[in-house]
Amino acid sequence: MLEVNGLCAGYGSIPVLYDISLALGSGESLGILGHNGMGKTTLLRTLIGALPSSAGSIRFNGEDITRAAPHTRARRGIAYVPQGREIFPTLSAYDNLRLGLVKTGRKPEHALEALLDDFPRLKPLLERPGGSLSGGEQQLLALARALAGDPVLLLLDEPTEGIQPSIIEEIAETLATLRDSKGLTIVLVEQNLDFIAAVSQRVLVIRRGQIGDEIPREHLGDLEIVSQYTGVHA
Amino acid sequence: MTTPLLETRDLNVRFGGVHATRDVNFTLAEAELRCVIGPNGAGKSTFFKLLTGQVHPTSGQILFRGKDIAGMQPHEPARLGIGIKTQVPSLFNGLSVWENVWLAARRINTPTQTERITREVLERVGMSAYREALVGLLAHGQRQWVELAVVIAADPPLILLDEPAAGMSDAEVARTAELILEINRRHALVVVEHDMSFIRKIAKTVTVLHQGAVIREGTPERIMSDPLVQQIYLGKKPH
Amino acid sequence: MSTPLPEQRTSIPVPGALERFAHSWKSAALTLVIGILLLAGLPYALDDFALVQATVYAVMALLAVSLGFVWGFGGILCFGQSAFFGLGAYTYAIAVTNLGDSTVPLLLSIVLPAAFAAVLGYLIFYGRLSDVYMGVITLTVTLILFNVVNSTAGPEWKIGHAPLGGFNGIPNIAPLNMPGNVDDVIGPRGMFELTVGALLVVYLLLRALLAVKLGRVIVACKENEQRVALLGYDSRAYKLFAFVLAAGIAGLAGCLFANWGAFTSPTIFGLAQSAQIIIWVIVGGLGTLVGPIVGSIAIQWLTTQIGTQQAINSNLVLGAILVVFVLMVPKGIVPSVGQLGVRLLKALRRGGRGSLAASNETAVQRAHSAAPAAEPGASRSAPDSSRKEAA
Repeated sequence: MLEVNGLCAGYGSIPVLYDISLALGSGESLGILGHNGMGKTTLLRTLIGALPSSAGSIRFNGEDITRAAPHTRARRGIAYVPQGREIFPTLSAYDNLRLGLVKTGRKPEHALEALLDDFPRLKPLLERPGGSLSGGEQQLLALARALAGDPVLLLLDEPTEGIQPSIIEEIAETLATLRDSKGLTIVLVEQNLDFIAAVSQRVLVIRRGQIGDEIPREHLGDLEIVSQYTGVHA
Repeated sequence: MTTPLLETRDLNVRFGGVHATRDVNFTLAEAELRCVIGPNGAGKSTFFKLLTGQVHPTSGQILFRGKDIAGMQPHEPARLGIGIKTQVPSLFNGLSVWENVWLAARRINTPTQTERITREVLERVGMSAYREALVGLLAHGQRQWVELAVVIAADPPLILLDEPAAGMSDAEVARTAELILEINRRHALVVVEHDMSFIRKIAKTVTVLHQGAVIREGTPERIMSDPLVQQIYLGKKPH
Repeated sequence: MSTPLPEQRTSIPVPGALERFAHSWKSAALTLVIGILLLAGLPYALDDFALVQATVYAVMALLAVSLGFVWGFGGILCFGQSAFFGLGAYTYAIAVTNLGDSTVPLLLSIVLPAAFAAVLGYLIFYGRLSDVYMGVITLTVTLILFNVVNSTAGPEWKIGHAPLGGFNGIPNIAPLNMPGNVDDVIGPRGMFELTVGALLVVYLLLRALLAVKLGRVIVACKENEQRVALLGYDSRAYKLFAFVLAAGIAGLAGCLFANWGAFTSPTIFGLAQSAQIIIWVIVGGLGTLVGPIVGSIAIQWLTTQIGTQQAINSNLVLGAILVVFVLMVPKGIVPSVGQLGVRLLKALRRGGRGSLAASNETAVQRAHSAAPAAEPGASRSAPDSSRKEAA
């Protein structure tokens, strides 16, 4: 479903990603682990088109989307939950969700009911302006908004940041269920090892702008071994 | 009995129909380290905003070294000695890392002292190589480090940290914990966090907020084994 | 620190060569040198008529710099900079008519607009009114001043001996004289030297201000006012200072303008004048001090050229220029020309080998050589301690 080849990207004259290549089949769930500044957010932003690539290609369901604008990619079924949530602060939580629905053309009443069953914590918050929600509540809203658009590929940038432990468990369950029942393809950037292990089938390391080795699942619980993969000054 | 560094008495704030802070009585001694946990929406960040003057209480007192600071202009609590790293990094994105820290230190130091302090603080947080970097272009976790440096540079007796470990890998989180313990030698800290292993590393006392009110206060072990806390916050997995 | 540091990133996002140059003393020195050369040289190169023209360009450049400072560095979009300009001109005219010797009128033309700005600014900043209100209020003030002064045509309207003149304005304004000697008045050449000299002094003053704490905090207020307060700085006071300083500079420009034309009228308060200053700053380069100077001179020159022919309305051309610049050259003349210059220098240095791969390579090479030096302390820490932390 997603094929990335030789992708390079950066900010102005500062290169960040070097020759990134990866492939993801439909319903697969990929986790990406890495320290700060290694290029995790840059990779997701390049995939959604918020950042132009300087070399390489991105193919989505056989179509070359390397030069496509972000809204085109969104319509093709790619949803992105950025670090920092980017909730529309003056719109109510409900309106934020409705905006996520726009590209599908569906009516909010039915579509959002099902969604809110997956996110019951948002129900009492619907009328409140997005900006008045707490950080963690906004994170949930951003995730729900992305899912409202019924995406086939979900790009998540540190979705557990600022979320309380019990809700992290719930989100992991919700994503695992969506992955298994709807065949949702997920690219997840995370620091939380438990979460990444629960949601992803494969975990790759990003190091200095390049995709490194895959971390075998059995090692995901061992911090020492993971640190060897992600890179630590000895 | 010495005056506590920070004391809130029956602190309340209501806005937009939400009772965000409910009769909070909170006491902190000089150089004490306290962690504050609670579900999303419990009012943790709001509590911090009350302390820094960004939000004014509806009722109640906030005493900093015995002086009521409730309702002050946002720059006054900072002048009295309260520094904060906000939940979403609040920095000067168009300026360099160096300049961000410099501005923090310069208010109370001479130019020469400021140069030295800026250099030292950047080394402490490990961002010396990035001194010329534009903050707006840094990765999220790196911005967290810079904000930490900015707060330390002003050397306030009370430091509030709102989710300092957010967006950091486990190795970086460990380093942050060490840094916080080091800072705690001469400064009081209130740390809001969700990462329980991090909290266990640094805290002696944990305060739990829920729907704006303090519901529990105690050692990390007691809090984590408390059934109410497990139900509303921790979830099923062991931490 | 026992926990080892994770690997640092390879490329560190630093500002480019142009930005570094712009912020260093070198750019101020360069501007000063060019300015002194023009100051000394132009009176010989130009005839009296052209010199007088150059003088008004310099006066408007000074006015443009005042807005360029308060807007580009202070983040305050003042729609009424012409209000302070006009107050400066009128204050000088009225004071010199009443007092004779021009020294005090000159000072008053700076102090009065500044005082007016202090009151207005206090209401806006200490009332914590939003940026939109700043724009609306300053614009309204300039319109009020225009209407008030415009309606003072009758002979009963005067301050001391000086009639305000209403829509006719105040003619025959006495020029500046050497302090103490009312008869030793300034001539065209002296006027030119004084104006360009004032422009250079103000430029240096502002550059110096922006290099010390006061100026840096003003810039920080523009970046993030919340963080400025959380650091203990009263942002209201810093913004007020920037606003008042800019008003004083605009007032000085007003005084010089009144001297240049020996005349002032209410159009100086007009909407057109306010809009023009904003256009000069945008076209020249918002965020620089040289930009407004270049922008104001370029547009005034262009307007003069267009004015000599009848075919196209000069306002139409001005509007078109603004649209073109906002769409295609958003940074303005000075930063854009600067970027071109930097690229040219880079291409010349590589001897024509300028490929993207080559520039990426050098960026990475530079970063790789920088990275190992990053945290020598951490790399020397014992591996055993890291095991303990992880367990």
